[in-house]
Amino acid sequence: MASLVTKYGKPAIVFHWLTFILVLSLFPMGGLMKDMPISPEKLQLYSIHKWIGITVFLLTAFRLTWRATHPVPQLPTTMPAWQRSIAGAIHTVLYILLFAIPISGWLMSSAKGVQTVYLGLVPLPDLVSKDQALGELLGSLHDTFALTLGALVITHVAAALKHHLIDRDDVLPRMLPFLKVRK
Amino acid sequence: MKARRAIAALLISLAGVALVASASEFNTVQNAKSQITFASKQMGVPVEGKFGKFTAQINFDPAKPEAGRAQVEIDLNSIDTGSDDANTEVKRKSWFDTQNFPTAKFVSSSIKAMGGGKFEAAGKMTIKGRTLDMVAPFTFKPEGKDARFDGTFTIKRLSYGIGEGAWADTSTVADEVVVKSSVLVSATPTPISAPIPATKPAPKQ
Repeated sequence: MASLVTKYGKPAIVFHWLTFILVLSLFPMGGLMKDMPISPEKLQLYSIHKWIGITVFLLTAFRLTWRATHPVPQLPTTMPAWQRSIAGAIHTVLYILLFAIPISGWLMSSAKGVQTVYLGLVPLPDLVSKDQALGELLGSLHDTFALTLGALVITHVAAALKHHLIDRDDVLPRMLPFLKVRK
Repeated sequence: MKARRAIAALLISLAGVALVASASEFNTVQNAKSQITFASKQMGVPVEGKFGKFTAQINFDPAKPEAGRAQVEIDLNSIDTGSDDANTEVKRKSWFDTQNFPTAKFVSSSIKAMGGGKFEAAGKMTIKGRTLDMVAPFTFKPEGKDARFDGTFTIKRLSYGIGEGAWADTSTVADEVVVKSSVLVSATPTPISAPIPATKPAPKQ
């Protein structure tokens, strides 16, 4: 029964923090590589950015499958209902963005005429053909999604810290098991 | 006189032979219906491009392939890699250095038939001041009155010094570049009234 668990399982915790580290690495890469003059490093950075992005996509797919088949701890009953619905909404949008950002990046790459080949080994199909205007559009979509994700992650972190430092509940420790609930 | 008539008859028949022979030689390249493209790999990603401008002289009679000749000169400044950034970069010194070496040139030295409409042109390829032996296989296919010559060959860019320095790392940009040419050539028979003169034509006034 979902209501009986009070902690996240180990796999859920690993999925969460792995995603955090990968997403954190994608931001500076994405920002830097665009303005770099053409060089082998630029081509490498683009490829690595795409490979990590696809990895986040796959990780999120596994993660949601895991989540759908395993109990999820409930939020503390001390939380007001409005806070719980906002937390739920933010989580939903975070998951959607973890899919939408890599997909928009993949389509942008195709539209700009560059196929995406995962790890240099697995070619992804080009779902759209070369079209510079569409490439620009998907590019700004990708950027907007990424900035939204950034803003939501900051909100997510701030809320977790608020739970830990002010509410002193178990919301943060259940995702960071070495932490103790502050008394 | 009998002798004069005989000579005249002989000349006419020779001219006829010459006409037949030249009619089956393909020698006029139709640039608008021809193209030269290339494909390589960057970080495992296939990339394609083309050369917009080139000139080719081809003389080829499928009945006498060994007498055939081919010379192709590519304007390297007409390169289209698919991105503006890369188009600028590949003209720079570490790549083609088009300021000093604006063209790439292939000149055949021998052509031999391999059977089944397949041929091989051996010759010299010159890029960026370096000349290397090359064998370019090609096929010959009649297309109406014309003939299409399709060739595919692989060059190793580093053997010509294309993409030096930091770009020499082949794990980023592969060494192999597959070049494909598809050239439409028509047969323009040399008119009997204007044969290629054995002697110099009279200088124009």
